[in-house]
Amino acid sequence: MRLSPDEMIFWQHGFLKLNGTIVFTWALMFVLAVGSKVVTRKLSTDLKRSRWQNLLEIVVTGIEKQIEDVGLPHPEKYIGFLGTLFLFVALASLCTVIPGYEPPTGSLSTTAALALCVLVAVPFFGIEEQGLGGYLKSYVEPTVIMLPFNIISELSRTLALAVRLFGNMMSGTMILAILLTITPFIFPIAMSALGLLTGMVQAYIFSILAAVYIAAATRGRKSKPMRDIKA
Amino acid sequence: MDNITLIAVASIVTAGLTIALGSIGPALGEGRAVATALSSLAQQPDAATTITRTLFVGLAMIESIAIYCFVVSMILIFANPFWNHVIAQTAGK
Repeated sequence: MRLSPDEMIFWQHGFLKLNGTIVFTWALMFVLAVGSKVVTRKLSTDLKRSRWQNLLEIVVTGIEKQIEDVGLPHPEKYIGFLGTLFLFVALASLCTVIPGYEPPTGSLSTTAALALCVLVAVPFFGIEEQGLGGYLKSYVEPTVIMLPFNIISELSRTLALAVRLFGNMMSGTMILAILLTITPFIFPIAMSALGLLTGMVQAYIFSILAAVYIAAATRGRKSKPMRDIKA
Repeated sequence: MDNITLIAVASIVTAGLTIALGSIGPALGEGRAVATALSSLAQQPDAATTITRTLFVGLAMIESIAIYCFVVSMILIFANPFWNHVIAQTAGK
């Protein structure tokens, strides 16, 4: 029983292995990058625009609004990172309708890599917003005794992100594989639809959690009022 | 019982128990979360997007606990290091 796409070996030379995870990750990257480049070749600003441009605009404005709702006031600074996380995980899950495809997020290496990206991005955005001293001060925030707990919570949040995504994706593919050997006709279709739903929800959760962690790191100690109150 | 039987029995029983006991807590927690979200939606329908988003994030966090138990159970059944070690020993003999 195959536990992850790591075990699908396409090509091997010595210790260099081209396994399913790498091939499908690169295929997804190719589709996303080349697709976006082709769609945005001739952008139009008037009312007449291609449907693909419309689709991309819906996606981009939707993600921007979600980032703003979470509490990050300038979404254009973060949408590169957070939008890519969401689109990669969502496309990886959506493509399971293609036969022969295994989502690369069903391998712990991919999800660990994505979680490590979030682990690096949170201090990066935090230091960019608050400066090095301000960001490091947030670790001793309530009292100095909380310093080890804050550090442990950073690491455990990363681990939880990785294992949550991996567990959801792996369980979806494994349930499908087991059901195909038991009741091969109608029931696996229902479970496949459920797998698609959980894939989209997990993509949303991953990016929203990353946004919440970044918002917690970039939020200043004293928040400025939104508008001056006229007496 | 020899080593192989003991490892097999322990792995199978533990795998079943892990996923059985590990699903009780998250299921109860998610039920309570959704119930509270529904009642606050009924009280303030115009905060629906915020409540729904917070509900989904909370449900994902609760679900992670069940996922951890599932992963442990899968490791015990399919990627069991003790079983692999013992099988490799008997294959080598």
